[in-house]
Amino acid sequence: MSFSWMAWTLPTALFWVGIVSCLISMCVWEYYSPGGNPRVGILRFETTRGDRLFISLLGSAFIHLAWLGLVGPGLWWALGISFVYAICVFKTV
Amino acid sequence: MEKTYNNKAWLLVIPVFLLVAISAIIPIMTVINYSFQDTFGKNVFFWAGTEWFIDVLRSERFHDALGRNLLFSFIILCIEIPLGIAIALSMPKKGPWVPVCLVLMALPLLIPWNVVGTIWQIFGRGDIGLLGYTMSAIGIDYNYTNNVFDAWATIIIMDVWHWTSLVVLLCYAGLVSIPEAYYQAARIDGASKWSVFRFIQLPKMQGVLIIAFLLRFMDSFMIYTEPFVLTGGGPGNSTTFLSIDLVKQAIGQFDLGPAAAMSLIYQLIVLLVCYVFFTVMSNVGTDKPEEVEE
Repeated sequence: MSFSWMAWTLPTALFWVGIVSCLISMCVWEYYSPGGNPRVGILRFETTRGDRLFISLLGSAFIHLAWLGLVGPGLWWALGISFVYAICVFKTV
Repeated sequence: MEKTYNNKAWLLVIPVFLLVAISAIIPIMTVINYSFQDTFGKNVFFWAGTEWFIDVLRSERFHDALGRNLLFSFIILCIEIPLGIAIALSMPKKGPWVPVCLVLMALPLLIPWNVVGTIWQIFGRGDIGLLGYTMSAIGIDYNYTNNVFDAWATIIIMDVWHWTSLVVLLCYAGLVSIPEAYYQAARIDGASKWSVFRFIQLPKMQGVLIIAFLLRFMDSFMIYTEPFVLTGGGPGNSTTFLSIDLVKQAIGQFDLGPAAAMSLIYQLIVLLVCYVFFTVMSNVGTDKPEEVEE
C-alpha cells in the first residue's frame, strides 16, 4: 500500500511528531495527576489542562500566520513567541 | 450504585478512533503536507516552504473573499435574529395553531441546500420564475445573473427564507419556557409590552439567542452550496465566498498547494469560532464563580 499521495516530508512529519508528543505528554501527566486540574483563570471560565493545550496550540497557529502575513518567512521568532504564549496560557488561563 | 471501572472498555473506542482517523486525521495530515509543497500531478511534489501561506495571507483575492463572507454573515445576522425574535413573539403559545406554526416554521429547514439554491434560481428567473417575472412586470430591472446588487439581495433573501426558522424555533423554545408567574407579576405592576419584552422575555431568551447567533454565524461563514447553485460566485467574483473560492482554486485551477494553505487558514478561523461557540454553550446558564471576600 503506497502512501506517496500523502506527500510526506521531514518537516511536516516532525510537526506531527510534535503534536502527537504533546498529546502523549498530556496523557502521562493525566495518569500521574488525574482530574485535569480544572480552575478559573483570567478568561473567567473553567479550563482543564486539555483546554489550556488547545488554546495554546490554536493561539500558536494564529501567531505563526500573523508572522507570515506581516513579517515574512523565518518562523523562529514566531515559534519563540508561541512558547512564551503557551507558558502564559498554562500559568494564567 | 457503585460504578465499575474496567480499562478494557477503552477497546470499544477503537472503531470510533479508526473512523475519525480515516475521515478526518488522514485528510488533514495530507492537506498540511500539500500546503508546503507544489505539484503538477502524478504524486510528484516540490518543496515550497511557507510560500503558499504568505501568498494567501497577502493576496487580495483571499482578503476580498473573507470580506465578502464577513459582510454576508453580518447582514444575515442583522436580519435573521430580530426577525426570528419578532416571529417567535407573534406565534401562539397554546392552542391548535401551535403545531401548525411549528411545522410551517420547520419546513424550510428540511429542504436540502442544493434544492434551496435550485428553487431560488428558478424563482428569480425573468422568463419563468415568479419573483423575476413579477419584478419585470412592475418595472424593476431585476437580474441576479449580471447585477451585483440583485445577486447579493437574492442570496440574502434566500438565506433569510431558509434559516430564519431556526432562530424562530430556538427563540420560541426560550419563550415557552418562561413561567406564567413572571407575566402575572408584570401585569400586577402594570408593565408595558415593551417592558415585558425588555426585562422578562429578552433576558430569558439570552441562552438560546447566543446559540442562534453562533450557529447562524458559523453556518453563514461556511456557506457554499446555495450561492454556488444560485450564482456560481458571480457576477464576476461578487458572490464568491471563501468556500467557493477554495473549490475554484483546488478543483478548477488544480492549485493544490495554495488551496491547501487557504483551507488551513479557513479551518483555523472556523475552529476558533467553534471553540468560542463550545465555550459559550458550556457556560450558558451556569453561575459565575463567586468572588471570595476576605
